[in-house]
Amino acid sequence: MDQLTAPDPLREPEPAAAAPETLRLQATSGFSRVLSPRELWRYRDLAFQIAARDITVRYRQTALGAAWAILQPVGFMVVFTLFFGRVAGISSDGLPYAVFSLAGLVAWTYFANGLLLGSESLVSNSALVSKIYFPRIFMPAGVLAAGFVDLGISLVILFVIVFAAGLVPSAAVLMLPLLIAIMVAAALGVTAGLSALNVRYRDVRYVIPFAIQMWLFATPIAYPSSLIGEPWRTLSAINPMVGVVEGFRWATLGTADAPLELIGISAVSALVLLVAGLAYFDRVERTFADYI
Amino acid sequence: MSDFAIQTSGLGKSYDLGLSRRGYGTLRESVVETAKGSLGRLAGRGRKQARGDTLWALKDLSITVQPGEVVGLIGHNGAGKSTLLKILSRIVEPSDGWADVTGRTGALLEVGTGFHPELTGRENVFLNGAILGMRRAEIRARFDEIVAFADIERFLDTPVKRYSSGMSVRLAFAVAAHLEPEILLVDEVLAVGDAAFQRKSLGKMNEVAKAGRTVIFVSHNLAILQALCDRGILLERGQVVADAPVTEAIDSYLRTLEQAADQDLLERTDRDSRGYDESLIRRVEIHDLEGGHADAVVAGRTATVVIETTAALPMTECRLTILNSLGHPVATLDSEVSAPVDSRDPELGPRIECELEGLPLLPGRYRIDVVLKGKRQIQDGLQAAAFFDVEPGVVRDRPTPISGSDGDIVLAHRWRLPA
Repeated sequence: MDQLTAPDPLREPEPAAAAPETLRLQATSGFSRVLSPRELWRYRDLAFQIAARDITVRYRQTALGAAWAILQPVGFMVVFTLFFGRVAGISSDGLPYAVFSLAGLVAWTYFANGLLLGSESLVSNSALVSKIYFPRIFMPAGVLAAGFVDLGISLVILFVIVFAAGLVPSAAVLMLPLLIAIMVAAALGVTAGLSALNVRYRDVRYVIPFAIQMWLFATPIAYPSSLIGEPWRTLSAINPMVGVVEGFRWATLGTADAPLELIGISAVSALVLLVAGLAYFDRVERTFADYI
Repeated sequence: MSDFAIQTSGLGKSYDLGLSRRGYGTLRESVVETAKGSLGRLAGRGRKQARGDTLWALKDLSITVQPGEVVGLIGHNGAGKSTLLKILSRIVEPSDGWADVTGRTGALLEVGTGFHPELTGRENVFLNGAILGMRRAEIRARFDEIVAFADIERFLDTPVKRYSSGMSVRLAFAVAAHLEPEILLVDEVLAVGDAAFQRKSLGKMNEVAKAGRTVIFVSHNLAILQALCDRGILLERGQVVADAPVTEAIDSYLRTLEQAADQDLLERTDRDSRGYDESLIRRVEIHDLEGGHADAVVAGRTATVVIETTAALPMTECRLTILNSLGHPVATLDSEVSAPVDSRDPELGPRIECELEGLPLLPGRYRIDVVLKGKRQIQDGLQAAAFFDVEPGVVRDRPTPISGSDGDIVLAHRWRLPA
């Protein structure tokens, strides 16, 4: 009894303890939930725990562990180099084909894994969603946050290979955080929308792997975007990964001309995706527990 | 600001039956439905008609709970108890009305929700604590207490998937029991672990209830509710039918159970038939073998429980649970645990019989819960399918007390006393 009532010195003073606030629960409509920073802040510890869980669990009981973060893009690089670089002889804007494709693949692997795991994140945590309240956006967002570990590891490998190939990144490397931000915005928008859609329609599960394949070929990873004639090249940047991938090359390989136009269009497009995805998520979040 | 811990007004939650029945909507269905809906509107029919029936899991519920009150929610399966807890814990939104909740709320809706099998015990304590709404600092401060309560010190760094089910349940309960919200919502979580741990959990819950926090309990175990709660709210079909001191509410509940047993069992809607309803429980009766009217049997004589069903399915199995007047299980009889004395009779038809030789029950009122299986699936389940009175009699040469004794059953025993 004493333990229950004694004030705990380590416990932060709860604002609620001083003046318990009244929360009105009723049918809501419109937008309100995801985009409520106060609510997100209140549950920040849970956000942290979910991201930590996703990182810890990712490579538990795998023989190769975090090496998978490297093997995926490097594996693709080898295959692409053999088939597209050697056999098909696709241009790589004068760069060694291996580093050319790897720079794109590092970004792509983060994006594709985020889509794959993120769109399943609500459904695979259905026990939590139907039993506990928390801002549901933490589920897809946690997957994307956990992906940073992989992205970090593969970036290190990329730079090792870049230097080994005798290339030196220019000052453009400072643009990398911005490019990553564009990629995360696009990924969060798309996964938020798809994970929410997945709650109602499990069709999403079957669409995703196929869509990722298509998206891979619609993005200049195996080929340079310079292969596409104008105005299609500029238009193609509506796919936010076009600007990100070309930007990654520019930032990490020290290429001369900056694809600023592509990056700009892709940034706008990513922002639109982010807003649209979060808006849809926000609209349907209140019904997740009813349908999951 | 409000003086109440919880106040609800006209609270309701409806489910679209069409959707909840199928469970999974597919995109195609939705497209077809939308098309149908718009065609219907074009043809001048209202939108309402295009939609299926709605089920009100909770309807027009207005209650207030004062800070520090310990309230038990009582009712049949499907009466709306869990729906109410889910609304109060913000998992689902009400369709109608509102609820005001004052203070930090913690919900214990299922022990172990959010345990991740790949994470170690230690990692899961932090994850689960955060899921239940604890701050990291709080968990750290209570960590040792939690681990000691669960009694798993040695396995803290072992992944939870290697735990025995008892261990993980103990750990989950320990985390949950150390929550410190102002309002605690508890759904049927006390019945975990072995007897010793259950006693410990009950003690912990008792402490929580007495520590001045607002608690709402849901349990089918009326004895636990009676011990822990001051006030009982009886729900039936989503509405409050009694709101009274817990003993009175339990009495009303038991009366509704008896009324339910009187009505035609096939008409009952609170059954657990899980959709495989190829065979349903039609009638449950208990007879004294030596005559006498149904549903009154004499202690020590042979009694037969007769279950009539709507169809005789292959591999029919049946489980009976006998409960005392407080809803405490006394004994479970399961035909799947077979013995040489059991038999299968093709002549029997859609009927199951269970013979209780020398009925070893003390005088009192009992009820029977029935689960019917067939084709390896649960076909039907009914709580309180029948009630019966045990009259005083002679069990193994000893007369039973007339009434008022402790316990429910008579054990075969033999004394050896000094001369």
